[in-house]
Amino acid sequence: MTISLVVDIGLALVVLSLALWIIAATTVYRAVIGFIVYGLLLAIVWVRLGAADVALTEAALGGGLTGLLLLGAAARLSHHECVPVFGRPAAGPVVGFRLLVGILCTLIAAGLAAVVLLLPEPAPSLASEVASNLPATGVGNPVTAVLLAYRAIDTLLEAVVLVPAMIGVWSLATDQGWSGRPGFLTPARRTSALTLLAQVLPPVGIVFGIHLFWIGADHPGGKFQAAVVLAAMWALVLLAGLREPPRVGSPPLRLAVVVGPLVFIGIGVSGIWLADAFLAYPAGYAKPMILAIEAVLTLSITVALVFLLAGPPAADRSADGRR
Amino acid sequence: MNGATLFGLCGAGLIGLGLYGLICHPGALRKVLAFNLIGSGVFLLFGAIARRGGGVLSSAGTGIDSDPVPQALVITGLVVAFAATAIAVALLLRLAETTGRTTLDPNGSDPAPPAGRKEA
Repeated sequence: MTISLVVDIGLALVVLSLALWIIAATTVYRAVIGFIVYGLLLAIVWVRLGAADVALTEAALGGGLTGLLLLGAAARLSHHECVPVFGRPAAGPVVGFRLLVGILCTLIAAGLAAVVLLLPEPAPSLASEVASNLPATGVGNPVTAVLLAYRAIDTLLEAVVLVPAMIGVWSLATDQGWSGRPGFLTPARRTSALTLLAQVLPPVGIVFGIHLFWIGADHPGGKFQAAVVLAAMWALVLLAGLREPPRVGSPPLRLAVVVGPLVFIGIGVSGIWLADAFLAYPAGYAKPMILAIEAVLTLSITVALVFLLAGPPAADRSADGRR
Repeated sequence: MNGATLFGLCGAGLIGLGLYGLICHPGALRKVLAFNLIGSGVFLLFGAIARRGGGVLSSAGTGIDSDPVPQALVITGLVVAFAATAIAVALLLRLAETTGRTTLDPNGSDPAPPAGRKEA
């Protein structure tokens, strides 16, 4: 008990110092590298908090894909910024203002810390309700049960929100780039090591992703984690230049993005007649319906994540080269 | 003090640090990073509450050691946070492409914009 507490204290201190590094680093590039490490450490924190599902998502999404997105942005922005300004901390607010903000932020953190310390005892919890109703859903992982049965409406909205997010990114395309291929994940140069990795890793990664989706019903895992792993594999292939991303106008691509939310909404609406409520599952059919939703959502979320990463469509590279 | 309280305090600290970075950093990408720090701090608060909520059950031997409801919220939140970050990054890159600026500072404490561009 005491040893685990010492480990926890060490972990919390490292996480906080990394956060300090992310704020204080002199270049955005260093800050982003710090952020990737921070994401991975946070995954360990989630394991320590007994939330393996969140840990998987955090490691793959918080550290992995967000890190890739921010690294790409930092590299692209360095072309647009004058080098000296990029190197030193640009002229920000004056010292007095920083001090004031620092004091106020410390106060907010202290207030939140007080809230954490003064949380009611015994802790309010829905865990026992989740556990007692778990057999009705047919799945064994309580987090999956919450995501797809008890609070399916949240998951539905969340799956739908990825579509407008993607449309938002696409709508930033230039006039020439419209209906072209997304440009963020195109390789700057091909290296043999990256090509090898992109040839060797995806078969393993795809099997692992499908495994995560399948065991998600009973063990930590599920569609989000699976989709993030599959998206990472696709992004790796794109980054190595082995394949080009499809054009954003391609009908199969657009269908793949919306099929998940559409099937989810369809099954939800059918619940009005079959089980007397929107998003309710008829008794005995909960598990197959949950699996069907998870399967199509995995596909849609994978595609949406890759195209969020890949950025707005850009003009073809032949046109790009003229700039 | 147990692990849940400890990481809850850690989350509170992360929110404070992120808020400071969000306000004080002139660069927009640094603001996006700081905003993600705030987000992960909020998620950690959820994690601390989930852990406390599951404590009763794990001692009863149900095999659940953390309240699954906040966990599910955090997983949903992580995906939405990624989507928001992706939009912010795409907006920022477009801003840099069209104006040459990477900050939101209207007074231009910024590298000089490319010649021939009109600045707001």
